[in-house]
Amino acid sequence: MGKLDSFKRALWVFHLATGSCNACDIEIVALLTPRYDVERFGIKLVGSPRHADVLLVTGCVVRPLADMVRRVYEQVPDPKAVIVVGNCGATGGTFYDSYNVAGPVNEIIPVDVYVPGCPPRPEAIIDAVVKAWMKLEKFEKELEKKHRGGEK
Amino acid sequence: MTTTYTYSLPIGPIHPALKEPIRVVAEVEGERVVRADVKRGFAHRGIEFMGMKRNAIQTLYLSERICGICSISHPYAFVKAVENAIGMEAPPRAQYIRTIIAELERIHSHILWLGVIAHEMGFDPLLYWTWKGREMVMDLLEYLTGNRVNYAMYMIGGVRRDLNEKKIRAIKENMNYYRQFNQEMKDVFMSDPTYKARTRRVSLLTRKDALELCAVGPTARAAGLRMDIRQDQPYDAYADMDVRAVVPQDITGEVMGDAYDVTLVRLYEIDQSIEIIERCLEDLPPGPILAEPNLIKLLMTIKRSEGEGVGRHEAPRGEVMHYVRFDGTRDGPVAWKVKAPSYNNINIWGRVLVGAEIADIPIAVGYIDPCMCCNDRVAEVRRGGRELPYEEVRRKCREKTMRIKREVMG
Repeated sequence: MGKLDSFKRALWVFHLATGSCNACDIEIVALLTPRYDVERFGIKLVGSPRHADVLLVTGCVVRPLADMVRRVYEQVPDPKAVIVVGNCGATGGTFYDSYNVAGPVNEIIPVDVYVPGCPPRPEAIIDAVVKAWMKLEKFEKELEKKHRGGEK
Repeated sequence: MTTTYTYSLPIGPIHPALKEPIRVVAEVEGERVVRADVKRGFAHRGIEFMGMKRNAIQTLYLSERICGICSISHPYAFVKAVENAIGMEAPPRAQYIRTIIAELERIHSHILWLGVIAHEMGFDPLLYWTWKGREMVMDLLEYLTGNRVNYAMYMIGGVRRDLNEKKIRAIKENMNYYRQFNQEMKDVFMSDPTYKARTRRVSLLTRKDALELCAVGPTARAAGLRMDIRQDQPYDAYADMDVRAVVPQDITGEVMGDAYDVTLVRLYEIDQSIEIIERCLEDLPPGPILAEPNLIKLLMTIKRSEGEGVGRHEAPRGEVMHYVRFDGTRDGPVAWKVKAPSYNNINIWGRVLVGAEIADIPIAVGYIDPCMCCNDRVAEVRRGGRELPYEEVRRKCREKTMRIKREVMG
């Protein structure tokens, strides 16, 4: 893993449950509580995708929610990153042969970081958010460069 | 002449309060809810269908993934159902270990609920404080079973891991911590006048309604019904423990059936769980932990068995029931039916939400400790009406708390 050079701003995260079993979801809430306390890094859970930088998706995507996942993804402003927490969102996991699963998350929306585990430990989720953060910063730098190039 | 309009207030299926998708549509007239409807099925994964295609041990693994909070309740009911169907019984030591793990889960689940309801009301420090205490039992569960959530502890005919002296000592130390922590929680929740004012007579469920709508678990007990599977149909080590249902009339002498009573029931159930665990540790019998350690042989036994079985367990949220049937042709169930406690309890929303203020919706919704992933039903979503974002509802909820706080504190 590379080094995180700068903390330009706080990172806001929107949590989207797409038919998960609640295990990953509760571990995400546990992240906010004093033991793990992600707010000290500036990572904050927000109530609306429109405020978010990162989309935290848990669970295999069930059919009734597939469209809503797309809509929520579109509402997150650019630049954005998507993290999939848990095995079932990454591959289908134990729900691979269900009739009501529209597929792993990457068949619905593009995914940047995967966190394997059923459920992953809270530390692993923090690590994933930091990875997404680095990706966002890289993306922003590229955008800046492109923008400066355009001005010339 | 003035005309009154009713607005429909849709909440969900994706919203920040509950971590899971469900949709509640409340019709409001001013600040009052006049009608409420629930649409569920957004977490339907077809688990029963998948279980009927796999063998019994794989289905046990799958049953653990029905819900991540009750990650021992569903396997518990499932192993009881399978044992019931094939006529197997777990050795006494395994029965005691099962009871210990199930009660540890109740402690963590109840603390989780207390934190969530405090958060809905706007007492965020209380959420952080209770969840800080909850981490201790998560650590213990991790030490005993190897994982914080989804413990993979139960097996058909016993448990998969034994307790040694070191682990028993860790549980005892943990129980000492929780006896003190629960006393502190009781002091906070029961002595705070704002909490009491905010939950008394909110989401009132009468005894009659609880019976009519088949409420289960702490929700039913808060309405004064003495029902608890551990008391009515004791299984495993509960038979030796003489469990009595915790009801508010024994605690305060009166039954209201409101959110405050539910809080009381949950707080006193943590005490009850601590007692049960300590008694289990005292009487822990020696011996094997699996009735059939050879899993291939176990699967063959299941394959040769014909019959049906029912397993019931008092999960933290209420009764969970599994039904399985084996027909002697395959090593997995040919029929598997799961009934989770939230399936019954969500029905009471329609009743308790009527007449409630918009600001009380989060409490009424959080009151039963709903668990969407536990109840699998497909539902249709209709759109229409003026939409009020859930954030607005929660803001109203918190403003009301602050208002009451000012009134109560003077």
